[in-house]
Amino acid sequence: MIAYIIRRLLYAIPILIGVNILTFALFFVVNTPDDMARMHLGDKRVTEEAIEKWKANLGYDKPLFWNAEKDGAGQFTDTIFYTKSIRLFVFDFGLSDNGRNIAHDISQRMWPSLAIAVPSLLVGLLLNITFALTMVFFRATYIDTAGVVLCVILMSISSLFYIIGGQFLIGKMLNLVPISGYDTGLEAIKFLILPVAISIIYSIGSGSRWYRTIFLEESGKEYVRTARAKGLSEKVVMGRHVLRNALIPILTGIVVLLPLLFMGSLIIESFFGIPGLGSYTIDAINQQDFAIVRSMVFLGSVLYIIGLLLTDISYTLVDPRVRLN
Amino acid sequence: MNLVLLWTDMLVFLLVLAIISFVLVARRREHMRAPWRQVARSRMGMAAAVILVVYVAIGLLDSIHFHPRDHDASADQPRYSADVISVFDWIMDPVRSKVEKTYSAPFATHLYAKETVRLPDGTQDRIYPRLEHGGAHLSDPETQRLTDIATRAGMGLIYALVIWLLAVAVLVGWQSRGLQQPFRRRLADIFKRRTPVPWDVIIYTGAVVIVFISLATQLAPHYHIFGTDKVGADVFYQTLKSIRTGLMIGTLTTLIMLPFALFLGLAAGYFRGWVDDVVQYTYTTLVSIPGVLLIAAAILLLQVYMSNNPEQFSTPENRADLRLLFLCLILGITSWTSLCRLLRGETLKLRDIEYVQAAQAFGVSHMTILTRHILPNVMHIVLITVVLDFSALVLAEAVLSYINIGVDPSMNSWGNMINSARLEMARDPVVWWSLAAAFIFMLGLVLPANLFSDAVRDAFDPRMRKLQNN
Repeated sequence: MIAYIIRRLLYAIPILIGVNILTFALFFVVNTPDDMARMHLGDKRVTEEAIEKWKANLGYDKPLFWNAEKDGAGQFTDTIFYTKSIRLFVFDFGLSDNGRNIAHDISQRMWPSLAIAVPSLLVGLLLNITFALTMVFFRATYIDTAGVVLCVILMSISSLFYIIGGQFLIGKMLNLVPISGYDTGLEAIKFLILPVAISIIYSIGSGSRWYRTIFLEESGKEYVRTARAKGLSEKVVMGRHVLRNALIPILTGIVVLLPLLFMGSLIIESFFGIPGLGSYTIDAINQQDFAIVRSMVFLGSVLYIIGLLLTDISYTLVDPRVRLN
Repeated sequence: MNLVLLWTDMLVFLLVLAIISFVLVARRREHMRAPWRQVARSRMGMAAAVILVVYVAIGLLDSIHFHPRDHDASADQPRYSADVISVFDWIMDPVRSKVEKTYSAPFATHLYAKETVRLPDGTQDRIYPRLEHGGAHLSDPETQRLTDIATRAGMGLIYALVIWLLAVAVLVGWQSRGLQQPFRRRLADIFKRRTPVPWDVIIYTGAVVIVFISLATQLAPHYHIFGTDKVGADVFYQTLKSIRTGLMIGTLTTLIMLPFALFLGLAAGYFRGWVDDVVQYTYTTLVSIPGVLLIAAAILLLQVYMSNNPEQFSTPENRADLRLLFLCLILGITSWTSLCRLLRGETLKLRDIEYVQAAQAFGVSHMTILTRHILPNVMHIVLITVVLDFSALVLAEAVLSYINIGVDPSMNSWGNMINSARLEMARDPVVWWSLAAAFIFMLGLVLPANLFSDAVRDAFDPRMRKLQNN
């Protein structure tokens, strides 16, 4: 098991290097530091000195891959690629393009993101399973058909409408909760209710439809027929046998998402003014702050790879027939 | 007419050609026709298909661009104006040209904001001024407006009824001739649901569509059905123009990603070994980069490139069009991985089946085995993925435009409409019609697309067929 995990972690290194080179190419090769400086300093009549100063301040004045003026290791380390990209491997995110410490920002903004993502995931999971199980319990009746149609309608509405509609109805018309903002401690709850509710409603359509398929597939298996043949009631068959076995694909499907919860939800956070990592990323995109975007890309990839690894491990934990090799 | 071929137009017509040739090929092969016949028998799927056809027709009309002729030029020496319009713009000209000053509500005859105007007697007053076009034919809007709308709507309904009856008569007549049946018997068969294809559903959905089109043609030239936006442009026209953007994102993305996914997926599964390693490495790397961030990076890059090389993008249409194409490309890069993985898995299974091994033993070349034996057997996966991805891509466009990494801000799209609606909803009194129009027309595309893709998946996916038999 440990050997397997170590091997998988080693296998992750070439992938992360690939991610790194790709993002580096996207940000630096096509788009030179001079262009970036010009964009950040604003207007088109910036002087050469201002550009040079901006580059020197943020360390963009070095060569891209190879510094011929230095000796020894400095030829490789004193380059933009090394200082901006390779340093990410030790989670040294450096400074953002307007001079803030990215690592500090991330550690601060992680918590509001989790405060939305974790409740949405848990309550959403519970609701999805309940709805899906109800639909399968009443399968091939009008309740089932109506449920599926409702799911498709919910799926067909853009997430933006849920957010704008929810803010307008609950926040503005009924004045139940503040429209946007965030606070520390328990005060935060009143800011969190609406975003959590909206992200649950948004995910319920596709979620319960997917789980319905899993339950249906499970209920066509031999052991379910055996259980029915034994004379067990439909409630027991569904609640005991089908639910438990169907939880394996459901839970392992969720494990891959767990690490990514840290990244937060881009749209929800920026609409509700929650200072999480999602809105951090959106702000960085809008301000064209490449240092932050690059760090978030790297962080996202690391978390995704961890998620894949956790998925494989969770398979062996819930299903002893699966062996890792 | 002086035709203009934008890049996206070219790809759209390529796609149309591809679909037509696919239909011609599939028509003659029973195993390809059978699943489609099942799709055609699905009531929900056919209702959805009728609505989709209308959307696609609007999108195609909006994809034929040309330079219009200048009005003041003489007939023997035609001059063409610099702006590019589409056939759809030309049809919608009575709506497109009617620009007001600023916001006005649906069916309004007055602006939504008060303005200081000089009255004929020399005094000044703050009133809601009359619109220049909306309801301009009325002498006294207060009393005439509702009756005028009602008469026009009534006329629309009557026209719709006539057109619908004619269409049904032609359809049933044509079918009864083909089947050598009396007209009335065919009619009874259809409405008593005795036909394999649910023609009754198609006829009913067609009725709804005809009513909407007929009402719109009666009302839209005289009123702003969905009001006007901040700069006074007609919202109904904007939301209809957004259809093309949505369809482009949904289809061109797939068209661009398909060759990569097919080629790499089949190669990885068939050749295994180092080819497999390289392909797996490529897609794992791409999939581990968060999609939104990759798109953001690519769009930022394009913006920088465009501002540094303005000479390559002559017209605003050209600029917006290339940005749309680039967005499709980058969305394609982020979404080909899942299809590639599915194809690789299926090919791994297929290559060990006897007929492939037999072909190998006969010394058939790899290329022939891949195209003759493997490709036809994975096409159902391709089709299902393409159809299922469509609605997700249309929805994604809205979200991306909201973060300003979607289509060009000057381009009509539902995402841009929603984006501007965010500020309008915070106004007092609320300006709700842009959002409502975007909502209705987006749901009108995505919901039928989802229903249709369900019908396709049920017909093509062996797993789904098994579930239905349970």
